[in-house]
Amino acid sequence: MISMGLLFAGVLFVLGVAGLLARRNLLMILVSIEIMLNAAGVAFIAAGALWNQADGQVMFLFILATAAAEVAVGLALVLQLNHLHHTVDADAVRQMKD
Amino acid sequence: MPVLFAFAAIIAIVATVLAISRSNVVHALLYLIVSLLATAVAIYALGAAYLAALEVIIYAGAIIVLFVFVTMMLNLGDAVQRQERAWQPGRGWIGPGVLAALLLGEFIWMVAEGGLGSQVHRIAPKAVGMLLMGKYVVGVELASMLLLAGIVAAYHLGYGLLPKQKAQQPTSETTEVGTK
Repeated sequence: MISMGLLFAGVLFVLGVAGLLARRNLLMILVSIEIMLNAAGVAFIAAGALWNQADGQVMFLFILATAAAEVAVGLALVLQLNHLHHTVDADAVRQMKD
Repeated sequence: MPVLFAFAAIIAIVATVLAISRSNVVHALLYLIVSLLATAVAIYALGAAYLAALEVIIYAGAIIVLFVFVTMMLNLGDAVQRQERAWQPGRGWIGPGVLAALLLGEFIWMVAEGGLGSQVHRIAPKAVGMLLMGKYVVGVELASMLLLAGIVAAYHLGYGLLPKQKAQQPTSETTEVGTK
């Protein structure tokens, strides 16, 4: 049961990574990051259930707060990008490198 | 209850695969909502009922609603307009609807069976709260500071945008939102 939980978290995390790598739409990149954070939280809960400790759930609450702050800033950046370049393509801001 | 967990986990994984592979962002968000609801069931099966509720309220509620709002606000120009025209009402709902119906069926079965068995350690919300406000109180303060920083950054980044976008096409945008 617990190993299934960790397996589930791992699969979700890998799916998030795949989405992050495959998509160039900034909104979908943020969605993939959400999936990965959620997977990390599930892993914490599974580990907490394994040791019968509430610490894992506390960590999930912190991940929740982090995800909320991250998505607020990320979506504001997406709005800013759309305002400047009229696109949500992540490749549109490549010129930032030089 | 391994069957409960496995069923919810499979739904979550399938929904996540579909979410990251959709071309339309709104369809992806629909699948992501189903995935988060299924993950909440899986978390409940792992014995964390309080966090299952928080998963539904904060992830599926607040965060995804934020995504949907921004997707609607962006109103992504010609490409999305073409997508909107090609979009037939009802078809985008089939996948999320079927998966959500499976989740509902599982929920009904679970209630009929009388909830969880005794295989998992159930950790009560009280223990989480005691730990959160005791050992991890510094972490709570840090999280609140992080959220404040997030609010300030979002406000700063989004500040100059709103009046200009309103000035561009106020009428068409409101009708767009209304039809959606």
